[in-house]
Amino acid sequence: MPGKARPKVGVWKFASCDGCQLTLLDCEDALLELSERIEIANFREATSTVTEGPYDISIVEGSLTTPEDAGRIREIRGASRVLVTIGACATAGGIQALRNFGDVEEFRRAVYARPEYISTLATSTAIQEHVTVDLELRGCPIDKGQLLEVISALLHGRSPNLPTESVCAECKRRGNVCVMVAQGTPCLGPVTQSGCGAICPSYHRGCYGCFGPQESPNTVSLGHRLETLGMKADDRLRVYRTFAAASPAFRAASEDAERKLRKP
Amino acid sequence: MSSVRRSIGSRLVLERSDFPRLLEGLGIRGYVTVGPVVRDGAIVYGPISRVEDLPIGWTDRQEAGTYRLERRDDGALFGYTVGPHSWKKYLFPAHERLWTAERSPEGFHILPRSEPEPRYAFLGVRACELAAIRIQDRVFDGAFKDPGYHQRRSEAFRIAVQCTQAGNTCFCASMGTGPRVEADHDLALTEILTGSAHYFLVDVGSERGAELATDLPLRPATEADIRAVDDLLEKTTASMGRTMNAVGLRDLLLGRPEHSRWTDVGKRCLTCTNCTLACPTCFCSTTEEVPDLDADRVERWRRWDSCFTLGFTHQGRTSVRTSASSRYRQWLTHKLASWHDQFGTSGCVGCGRCITWCPVGIDITEEVAALRKEEPVAVSAGGTR
Repeated sequence: MPGKARPKVGVWKFASCDGCQLTLLDCEDALLELSERIEIANFREATSTVTEGPYDISIVEGSLTTPEDAGRIREIRGASRVLVTIGACATAGGIQALRNFGDVEEFRRAVYARPEYISTLATSTAIQEHVTVDLELRGCPIDKGQLLEVISALLHGRSPNLPTESVCAECKRRGNVCVMVAQGTPCLGPVTQSGCGAICPSYHRGCYGCFGPQESPNTVSLGHRLETLGMKADDRLRVYRTFAAASPAFRAASEDAERKLRKP
Repeated sequence: MSSVRRSIGSRLVLERSDFPRLLEGLGIRGYVTVGPVVRDGAIVYGPISRVEDLPIGWTDRQEAGTYRLERRDDGALFGYTVGPHSWKKYLFPAHERLWTAERSPEGFHILPRSEPEPRYAFLGVRACELAAIRIQDRVFDGAFKDPGYHQRRSEAFRIAVQCTQAGNTCFCASMGTGPRVEADHDLALTEILTGSAHYFLVDVGSERGAELATDLPLRPATEADIRAVDDLLEKTTASMGRTMNAVGLRDLLLGRPEHSRWTDVGKRCLTCTNCTLACPTCFCSTTEEVPDLDADRVERWRRWDSCFTLGFTHQGRTSVRTSASSRYRQWLTHKLASWHDQFGTSGCVGCGRCITWCPVGIDITEEVAALRKEEPVAVSAGGTR
């Protein structure tokens, strides 16, 4: 706003691949305009210049997988007016949350020559399980348009437009032909949150749920349908154990498939 | 040819070989012709520039939650029923910019809509779809006039096509909306294929239709042609894949808010919004402001919304309808019951799209049949929220 100091923005990384942070750098034309509107106070991916907190906006990528990070996120929260989590890792534990279903001790012994050097938690968890989160952006990776919408909303003190409906709504608005109805392709669109623009179904693929569960997911009913379409229990287990495996709804769906796998 | 009268009510014959002349006539008059095209395994609506763009020799097979394209053994142009799209995508687009505002030293001012509305010619509109447009007219073109809708609607040239076959999820005969096209068409075509003959019986429905017909090589229809049309439509009526008993449905549905079927369907419903967005009469939308980063310019956009989302009934801090069963009940009782109070008609035209395009195949006709069954005692005192 005119006359007001540029808000200080910090971008923070936890366990993640950096792809969501890169979405910010990928904003191209909008990035130049953005750099005039905000002060990048901490963004290691983009600059080595670091300004001390407190921060007006903290953008957090990644999940919590180490005891150190559990402390670090509290410090960041304490130094931030608004905290926004970005991506499947920060909002649902990410693909690394597959460890939640296994034995981390066993992985450590099998993978590392000196397992004692590895300090890690038994689980990968979403940021909101540790601190209060003001806004979240889903996806692997996040959608550029949604990121700009959130920053713009925060700059002007308004609520961002972030629908939590299913991917199907975006498919229908785009005029896509439903891949499940017309081709029998298994698709997680009906239980997955929109925001991506229905990218995968637009290219004739089923949605694989990288935005995590929609606001009222019915994985039980969809599960029956996927079964009818020939998707076996082990495939149903796998399809829910990807980017948002640790989200409560997808976790329940994968565990349900697992039970069916054990007792067919 | 010029001696054949072309006026409202005329029944004429257009040979298949002369069909391209119809498209040429629309083009000359400045219409953007849209109609059925094969895309991504379905027959959808898109631009038509030549007769080969139409789904020649294709048909569809539909069931609850299933749609498949199949080959016909003839060269029919319109040998299928309705697909996932409806004409609402042109009249009431999924995304529409309503206005733009710009900041100025005096405050801000609203810029007038600058883009001209396209002049569409709709080719292949079915009876149920004309009924659906009539229903949406009451929403957007009645006492309240949506300027964009009003302009697109009044300009649109409508070439209807009589359904010479019914789909497995069709029930227009139950809803009194088809299969015969009786009103609101500029021209109505019935495609007739017998042996080596392939022609269209053309019913002229408006002055505009009569004017376009002056460009076409037409002969008067014979008694035999008219009988052929009647036979085809009778066959279509008899082969509807679904039926729905719509008698007294308003009072019945409003009188059963606690029927156990609502809970049952709530377990199957995905709250995915597909039924409402495929429905040719569902008109719900939401608006959002899209400012630029400096907020010096803001656009107001309208986009399709659905009563199956939580945000749709968000009031204060929460949604009024949190369960799937309450949202399904809201949709069904609006569509088939309170729609009568609001608009004087049912909101359902019997096209079957909500049945076919529901990913889990929830069938509105089956749900209504189940809700008609009386239950011995009240099931729940808690209510369906």
